[in-house]
Amino acid sequence: MSEQNSLTYAKVNEDVIRMLDKPTVKWLALFLPVLGFVGFGMFCFLYQVYTGLGVAGYRHPVFWGVYITDFVFWVGIAHSGTLISAILYLFRASFRVSIYRIAEAMTVFAVLTAGLFPIIHLGRPWFFYWLFPYPNQRELWVNFKSPLLWDVFAVSTYLTVSSVFFFVGMIPDIAAIRDKVKEVPRKIAYTILSLGWKGSNWEWLHYSRAYLYFAAFATPLVLSVHSVVSWDFAMANLPGWHTTIFAPYFVAGAIFSGLGMVITLTIPIRKIFALEDYITLDNYDGMAKMIILTSLIVGYAYGCEFFMAWYSGSPAEWGQFYYRATGQYALFYWIMVVCNVLIPIPLWFKSVRRNIKALFIISIFINIGMWFERFNIIVISLSQGFEPGAWGIYKVSWVEMGITMGSFAWFFMFFLIFIKTLPAISISELKEILPVPKKEAKHHG
Amino acid sequence: MDKQGVLGIFSYVDLTVKAVRKLKDEGFKNLRVFSPVPNHEIEVAVGEPESIVRFFTLFGAMLGAACGVGFTVLTSSDWPIPVSAKPVVSIPPFIIIIFELTILMGSLSTLLGLLINSRLRRNAPRSMYDPRFTDDKFGVMVTCGKDNVKKVEEILNSQGAEEIKFDGV
Repeated sequence: MSEQNSLTYAKVNEDVIRMLDKPTVKWLALFLPVLGFVGFGMFCFLYQVYTGLGVAGYRHPVFWGVYITDFVFWVGIAHSGTLISAILYLFRASFRVSIYRIAEAMTVFAVLTAGLFPIIHLGRPWFFYWLFPYPNQRELWVNFKSPLLWDVFAVSTYLTVSSVFFFVGMIPDIAAIRDKVKEVPRKIAYTILSLGWKGSNWEWLHYSRAYLYFAAFATPLVLSVHSVVSWDFAMANLPGWHTTIFAPYFVAGAIFSGLGMVITLTIPIRKIFALEDYITLDNYDGMAKMIILTSLIVGYAYGCEFFMAWYSGSPAEWGQFYYRATGQYALFYWIMVVCNVLIPIPLWFKSVRRNIKALFIISIFINIGMWFERFNIIVISLSQGFEPGAWGIYKVSWVEMGITMGSFAWFFMFFLIFIKTLPAISISELKEILPVPKKEAKHHG
Repeated sequence: MDKQGVLGIFSYVDLTVKAVRKLKDEGFKNLRVFSPVPNHEIEVAVGEPESIVRFFTLFGAMLGAACGVGFTVLTSSDWPIPVSAKPVVSIPPFIIIIFELTILMGSLSTLLGLLINSRLRRNAPRSMYDPRFTDDKFGVMVTCGKDNVKKVEEILNSQGAEEIKFDGV
């Protein structure tokens, strides 16, 4: 990583801690509108609770709509964070170092956002705890054969483990901030959060081991979570859902959309905080290559679905896919294909992978395309099932759009607070890839 | 108080490693090395045994798997309700719960192992810590008898320590 060779240990500390300076007017100008949208989202939710789920645009036969789309979208966004922080850690891919903290934060906040949607989608959200297995007076337990319950276990495990992984990774960096800041309240806060870290060989020994095990746990976990989410659909006997390719198809899509979101988030941060020395073009090049791979897998899955629908000889299955490409929702279907399969094609060229503006634009289209992918899978399948007499059309209501916008704002709100309070770039891991300070120059690197 | 702590502060890894080796050769075993990054050379020079966090991880993961099996099988058998014409104790769906609980409890016990083990041996008194250790300096702390303080100081100086601090331990 030649561009990072000009950095020294002291400069890394200084630059990362500089990001935590007092919020600027620009930051506030972003934060206040975001708070406004969060407020609007909350208003929509309260209106829905007060009025009933009828305001959510659900019409027979579509009773899973935008909320479940949002749920799957946000769980998907979460995935690349763990991919970058855990899987690439196990593969020793050094291009992950400067971006993994941001990606991990994104994971935690995206799962927090995703976790809201199953509750928003409930008719009586105040009874959400019925999903948890707890002893009750009638000795009734939850149904462990239901995919929705697998979701509860998978998503809550994912939230817990990724939060622990995120926090443990930050301990040495929080200690570095603790040792630098002067103001008393901040010093106290960082002292508590650093858990008394001193950087002794004893601590590093256990820390490095523990970190490796966290990564080893997070890797199969991340693959399981989106597989479980995909089985929410694949376990149901519905044309368009009931297929065995769903787990790999969803996992690849999740990583694809997550990488898009990482690029969307890091490009403005890199610009605002002048982090060109840290988040280099090599980092983007590596991510863009993974986007090419996952885009190809997703594209293959789109084709494969059609092939299997035709080859199976099932009229309901073939009817469903014919309807996807030509029916009332065809526009959404083709937006998905264009955004996820065609727009990433220029990334095959190195000049595009290293062009920040092009990457930013492509990443936005990926976010849009992946949202529509989930919408298409969920809504179009439901609207034309087996029984032609029960077909129907679902239209998104303003309440659903308000809550969706609110969820984006909710996610960005956490993210904006994060970049001003916690180290957005890993200080200690970045130092690990810098040349070790040695007196005898010949041993450098 | 018959023990004394001596802390040498270094700017370079190679000098730190040499100082550690020299001190160990001279028979000083009670060493603590501070560094802003984990460093393999330091780890080898100090020669700590392998971390025991791995047993916490293994135990937690096994406990999680056992809880997963017990939880799903016992609660399903407690009030048997056949669902979708599947057996009451139906292994494939339960594997998902078992898998998630294995990972959940394995990770949480790893966290516990990390917290317990890092804190078990007191690192160093506050006066023997320098805030620059999270920035760009390395430190070697030796705990020795009062009569050896002079000798340790000489070794640290001869290996290129930039500063030396003393304190009771």
